[in-house]
Amino acid sequence: MDKIILEMKGITKEFPGVKALNNVNLKIRQGEIHSLCGENGAGKSTLMKVLSGVYPYGKYSGDILFDGKEVQFKNTKQSEEKGIVIIHQELALIPYLSIAENIFLGNEQAKKGIVDWNETFVKTQKLLQKVGLTETPETLITNLGVGKQQLVEIAKAISKEVRLLILDEPTAALNEDDSANLLELLLEFKKQGITSIIISHKLNEVTAVSDAVTVIRDGQTIETLYKEEITEDRIIKGMVGRDMSNRYPERNPGIGDVIFEVKDWNAYHPIHKDRKVLDGIDFHIKKGEIVGIAGLMGAGRTEFAMSLFGKSFGSKISGTVLKNGQELTLNTVSEAIRHGLAYVSEDRKGNGLLLDETITRNISLASLGKLSKNGVMDEFRESEEAENFKQLMRIKTPSVFQHVGNLSGGNQQKVVLSKWMLSEPDILFLDEPTRGIDVGAKYEIYSIIHELANQGKGVCIISSELPEVLGMCDRIYAMFEGKLTGEVLRKDATQEVMMQYMTGA
Amino acid sequence: MEANAKKIQKSQGPQSGGLGWVKQYSMIFFLIIIGAVFQFSTNGIFLRPLNVTNIILQNSHILILAIGMLMVIVLGHIDLSVGSVAAFTGAVAALLMINNNVPTVLAIVLCLLIGALVGAWQGYWIAYVKVPAFIVTLAGMLVFRGLTIVLLGGRTIASFPDTFRLLSSGFVADIGSGSGLNVTALVMGGVVSALLGFLMVSGYAKKKSYGISVPPAGVLGLKVTLMAIIVMSFSYILAMHAGIPNVLLILGALIAFYHFATTRMKVGRYLYAIGGNEKAAALSGIKTKAVTFWTFVNMGVLAALSGLIFTARLNASTAAAGDLFELDAIAACFIGGASASGGVGKVMGAIIGGLIMAIINNGMSLLGIGVDWQQAIKGLVLLAAVAFDVMNKKKAA
Repeated sequence: MDKIILEMKGITKEFPGVKALNNVNLKIRQGEIHSLCGENGAGKSTLMKVLSGVYPYGKYSGDILFDGKEVQFKNTKQSEEKGIVIIHQELALIPYLSIAENIFLGNEQAKKGIVDWNETFVKTQKLLQKVGLTETPETLITNLGVGKQQLVEIAKAISKEVRLLILDEPTAALNEDDSANLLELLLEFKKQGITSIIISHKLNEVTAVSDAVTVIRDGQTIETLYKEEITEDRIIKGMVGRDMSNRYPERNPGIGDVIFEVKDWNAYHPIHKDRKVLDGIDFHIKKGEIVGIAGLMGAGRTEFAMSLFGKSFGSKISGTVLKNGQELTLNTVSEAIRHGLAYVSEDRKGNGLLLDETITRNISLASLGKLSKNGVMDEFRESEEAENFKQLMRIKTPSVFQHVGNLSGGNQQKVVLSKWMLSEPDILFLDEPTRGIDVGAKYEIYSIIHELANQGKGVCIISSELPEVLGMCDRIYAMFEGKLTGEVLRKDATQEVMMQYMTGA
Repeated sequence: MEANAKKIQKSQGPQSGGLGWVKQYSMIFFLIIIGAVFQFSTNGIFLRPLNVTNIILQNSHILILAIGMLMVIVLGHIDLSVGSVAAFTGAVAALLMINNNVPTVLAIVLCLLIGALVGAWQGYWIAYVKVPAFIVTLAGMLVFRGLTIVLLGGRTIASFPDTFRLLSSGFVADIGSGSGLNVTALVMGGVVSALLGFLMVSGYAKKKSYGISVPPAGVLGLKVTLMAIIVMSFSYILAMHAGIPNVLLILGALIAFYHFATTRMKVGRYLYAIGGNEKAAALSGIKTKAVTFWTFVNMGVLAALSGLIFTARLNASTAAAGDLFELDAIAACFIGGASASGGVGKVMGAIIGGLIMAIINNGMSLLGIGVDWQQAIKGLVLLAAVAFDVMNKKKAA
């Protein structure tokens, strides 16, 4: 295992005005699983782009040795020829092509320009077996869940006779089950001698599978840890440059009366109208309480929140909603907002932000009525509010007139939260509030959530990260197949207990 | 509030959104350059009072369409039917006024209502049934062209009442002696420059009072002076001919209203938000379907108005009227900086884009360049303008 397959020496990469990488060194041993950890913007992805030839030789300084020989990749094609394959965070599959077509895209099994479909299908079948997929090669990508799509990407990678597999945030969009499957697969590959590099924020996974961990901070290698040195605390310390003994801020909950109550809530799928997605849900939040909904992907958590939020999801919705004992009708989003509800979407870029607009205009979007008179916007009050939130939430930006697309994930999330705080809600549903955000920014978001609860609002957190739910919530509901299968108080909640409820066991 | 005022200082004003205005100013610059080139190459014919008046009379119907089209494009849609709808309302106007002697004002109101109905019909399919606008309006283009021919029975119906023709050939009455310079035009020029000057100064003062950093007062003075010079010389040129065309009054009011609505009103935010990210807009409480629907109703009304003005100018309703209007209007929007994927574009940009096309048309005609070459050159201008925009964005990214 001690043979070095890859060595990157003194890699420096500059962009106009910033040194993204500063003398980074990385050694990967043959057949190991090596994790790269660091906050967002630390330089992990840049380093991998240097390695795979996205930034061609000459645009960076330093040496790359692969199998002990110096390599100078001018594009990704050259690195792939050597067996270095990178799977990006945003999957690069084409939705309306089949699995087989996707796997052999750009590498068609063809003779004289005519595709040999039989060979393509046979080869695809073998690859799918290796990654544990039972779908047929003709299945369209769009019919697969994210977890399975990820596996198709990996199948595509091994079709290229991969020797070094790089995965950028492979489990960010996966639920716990799919994540576990994927990690299992990586361990299987390890047995077959394939070396993997994983970039991940999920430290529990990193510690579970890694043989080595290299920590990068501010474009520099901080340290490489081996087997027994690898602990979450140690990695976090390296990432943030200080001890972070507590990942969740302290809080003394002051919980009041029930502010929001849902009784016998049912909903059906918007397209397959006979499929019940939410089934007889009874749910409540008290003033100043942080409630969690834990569940695997597809359990119906997002669907529940969105169906409440002005019927943004589902059909044939039935049930009662009470706020402070008064029954509400929430048929449209604007009604829901007017009654003091807020829903922060799990899909920040897709459902939350106007990326081409300024911070100001994003923050005001759900409160346009309040910021206007007779239909005319009060732009000065608008930028004043934005400025207030910029300071309150510590949004890192030179100006509130910056475009949101230029901000980091953590700051974008703060903009979304600001937007909903400006609408002055009493009940907030936060769907995956820290997805894709680095450790430091997570802590800040947690503090903001605490502050909201301290103001007497009712907060509901939906999260796929169990430790987050356990660390943040006063009371946790478990959800499984559209039903609430358990309700646990903070003091009784453990990962094991929750997992049992979440899997319907 | 004072503490905030200081903090905002680092920021620029809310109006200056980076590349947006660079692009807009560069297009104004381009407009002035081609104007100067034509003025020079036509030995001064280009800026003669008669020619300037003609440019307005010949192009206002396209500019009106461009205003409506801009909002449709900002929403992320397109409307291919406006030329046919304009012809259709022209035919309805002819039937009402010429064949049935309906009073002018009533006929105009009915035609605008029909435009609204047409817009509602198309808006319904686009907003609520979610049929792509390209398809719905392509269908509309065929349907309303066909209906125009049905209504006209294949003939040309001509000679509208004089009251109707005032819409496009009339001028605002002169309050002066009627000889020499048109006093109304000069007075209105003065009023408009005073009004714009006041808005510029008060906006500047308001920004300053909120502590938003502003350029030195000298720059403001220069801007106001330049604006006044342009407005006054424009009205002077018009005054030397017949004064202010009625249609310029209509156009000016529409530009002012829609500019204000899109930049300063809530409804403007709705448009840009939906065009930028429809899902995010919906989840922020914006009624995306209703906004889309009403934007098409609005487009229908403007298309009807454009048709009426064009018909009044021709003094006849023909089956071929309004041919390719939609493409001129769409081109004006894109030259003026609108994005084909929605969310980006300004009313003033579309107007400038439309003026660039108008000036190129007019200048080339003055130079005796044939329609064939005009077409080809306009195509290249469209491509160049959008390519410039795309490259600009790439540089910024």
